[in-house]
Amino acid sequence: MSKETLQAKTSRIRSVFQDRDKDDKVMSLFITAGYPDLDSTVELILGFEENGAEVIELGMPFSDPLADGPTIQYASNVAIKNGITMNRIFEMVSEIRKSSEIPIVLMGYINPVLRYGVEEFCRKAAESGVDGLIIPDAPIEESSVLEKTAKANNLDLIYLVAPNSTDERMKLIDEHSSGFVYCVSVTGVTGARQGDEVAKSVERFIDRVNKNVIKNPKMVGFGIRNHEDAKIISQKTDGFIVGSALIDSIRSFYPNNEWKRNVFSFVKELKHGDHKKIQK
Amino acid sequence: MPEILIPVLEELETAYETAQNDPLFQKEYYDLLREYVGRPTKLTLAERLTDHYGKAKIYLKREDLCHTGAHKINNAIGQLLLARNMGKIRIIAETGAGQHGVATATACAKFGFECVIYMGAEDMERQKLNVERMGLLGAEVRSVESGSKTLKDATNEAIRDWVTNVENTFYIIGSVVGPHPYPMMTRNFHRVIGEETKDQLKAVEGRSADYLLACVGGGSNAIGFFYPFIEDNNVKMIGIEASGLGAETDKTAATLTIGTPGVLHGSLSYLLHDKEGQVQLAHSISAGLDYPGIGPEHAYLHDTKRIHYYGITDAEAMNAVKLISEKEGIIPAIETAHAFAYLEKLMPLTQKDQIVVVNCSGRGDKDMKTISDWFSGS
Repeated sequence: MSKETLQAKTSRIRSVFQDRDKDDKVMSLFITAGYPDLDSTVELILGFEENGAEVIELGMPFSDPLADGPTIQYASNVAIKNGITMNRIFEMVSEIRKSSEIPIVLMGYINPVLRYGVEEFCRKAAESGVDGLIIPDAPIEESSVLEKTAKANNLDLIYLVAPNSTDERMKLIDEHSSGFVYCVSVTGVTGARQGDEVAKSVERFIDRVNKNVIKNPKMVGFGIRNHEDAKIISQKTDGFIVGSALIDSIRSFYPNNEWKRNVFSFVKELKHGDHKKIQK
Repeated sequence: MPEILIPVLEELETAYETAQNDPLFQKEYYDLLREYVGRPTKLTLAERLTDHYGKAKIYLKREDLCHTGAHKINNAIGQLLLARNMGKIRIIAETGAGQHGVATATACAKFGFECVIYMGAEDMERQKLNVERMGLLGAEVRSVESGSKTLKDATNEAIRDWVTNVENTFYIIGSVVGPHPYPMMTRNFHRVIGEETKDQLKAVEGRSADYLLACVGGGSNAIGFFYPFIEDNNVKMIGIEASGLGAETDKTAATLTIGTPGVLHGSLSYLLHDKEGQVQLAHSISAGLDYPGIGPEHAYLHDTKRIHYYGITDAEAMNAVKLISEKEGIIPAIETAHAFAYLEKLMPLTQKDQIVVVNCSGRGDKDMKTISDWFSGS
């Protein structure tokens, strides 16, 4: 692959954040590769894009997802039972790249990456058209090899900041990250939260993030259920991430007739809000 | 480990270092071991077992005599004191066989802490007695229905609780696994096993051991027993893994025999996982040994060949339960029986003037149902 192509690729994430209206928030959607079945992933992602998603976080399923709540645990288990493999994930990304330039970030745990081989993994990811990586169980201290290898392959490495990260640590994470910084809105595992649990505590945290994370765009995630949540929580960030609520939506419609149409209309509503309520 | 836990682990490391250098903390810990746990535990000469093999002299380090019936309490008490010093008010733990759960629930009752124990649904079935003990001690036992419904999944669930309640919660890990500083800390709280053994051997035999045997799941009793002898190259040490139905089958927990390097629960060690890096379900008849990983220090000692590791099958372990019960009047835990089973292989190679010490890590009352089912053929 030529240097120009690689350069063009890394700019996919960056270009999403460029020249935007302050109130136009970037919507990133997380979907577990191979959930609800191996054949739907590509079509789902293209449909997400059509309905307002601007970044895709493609989950690499792991048997022991200890930072995830019940929803993503469930989706990971289904995908593993469906026979998902790392190579199949790369094929999915290549397939998407035939018709779409949406930034794709692979998100998953470190063990499958180590097992595949960090070098080989990063090379294949870049070749298939992946733009970045999020490995939530590999904090900055434990990622020097991954960071170097990702960089050599022009992959962004996106780290997370949490409400209990100190100011100093946030600065350090900003320094090590590229693409964007993932702001975990609450302490806990992934999953949709009830009531205003997220909104209440998130404001002070985001203020701290904005003070310390200055190099990278900021995306906020964990616990966002709908457009209203997203609007409130992402007010002072560049965008928001929805994962569990999207998978819950798929879970509620699949495999009924027109399940994809219903999921896509959920996605559209996440981004733009209301007009018509979805009928289950 | 997730970002949320990094500040917590740093805080823990600092608190542990402070405690280690604090004579008051050390005094309180050792006082509790003496007056509450019942240490030092005895070093018993196993006369009839020695006669049975007719070779080296066999001693048993009697961790089964610790309060609650296994070595686990050494660590539970130590970590609980640390939690108290750090101002945490809520304790969580994972448990496999239930011994660590019982030890943690016991320490929490003694000090008046709220206690939640995560236990795989399958293990709750296998270790009913311990579930009831924990309940009586005031702990809430939460059944874990995910994955293999055993120790690995209970650990996942405990970590999920921990990231959710980091502010007020202390996670007492029961083995020498998990993120730094846990493996080191847990080892140090169990070092007393090996230190006492060393002193006791010196007093009765005037010398050290030739062989030390201990069972290894995550590896806490083994490392506590071995560690004080590591510098003494004349002492050969053998860690016994559970090979389940056999290390060549897919029903095994023989991590060092057939595992490859991998990351689980925050440690890089040997791991049972497939070529996609998905962690495989470990199998052993003993709930305390069916963990698909192993403490990172064991992995290191295996790589440097300072300690040798062998697998013992379910059947071999169950035969040892019977043998030790009949010859010594001690019903060992099935976990512990794996170490005893290795005597069959080791003893013919020993000499009469040599000394073998087996760490009798726990007693078998909790296993009576499994044991009677096994021998009645059901």
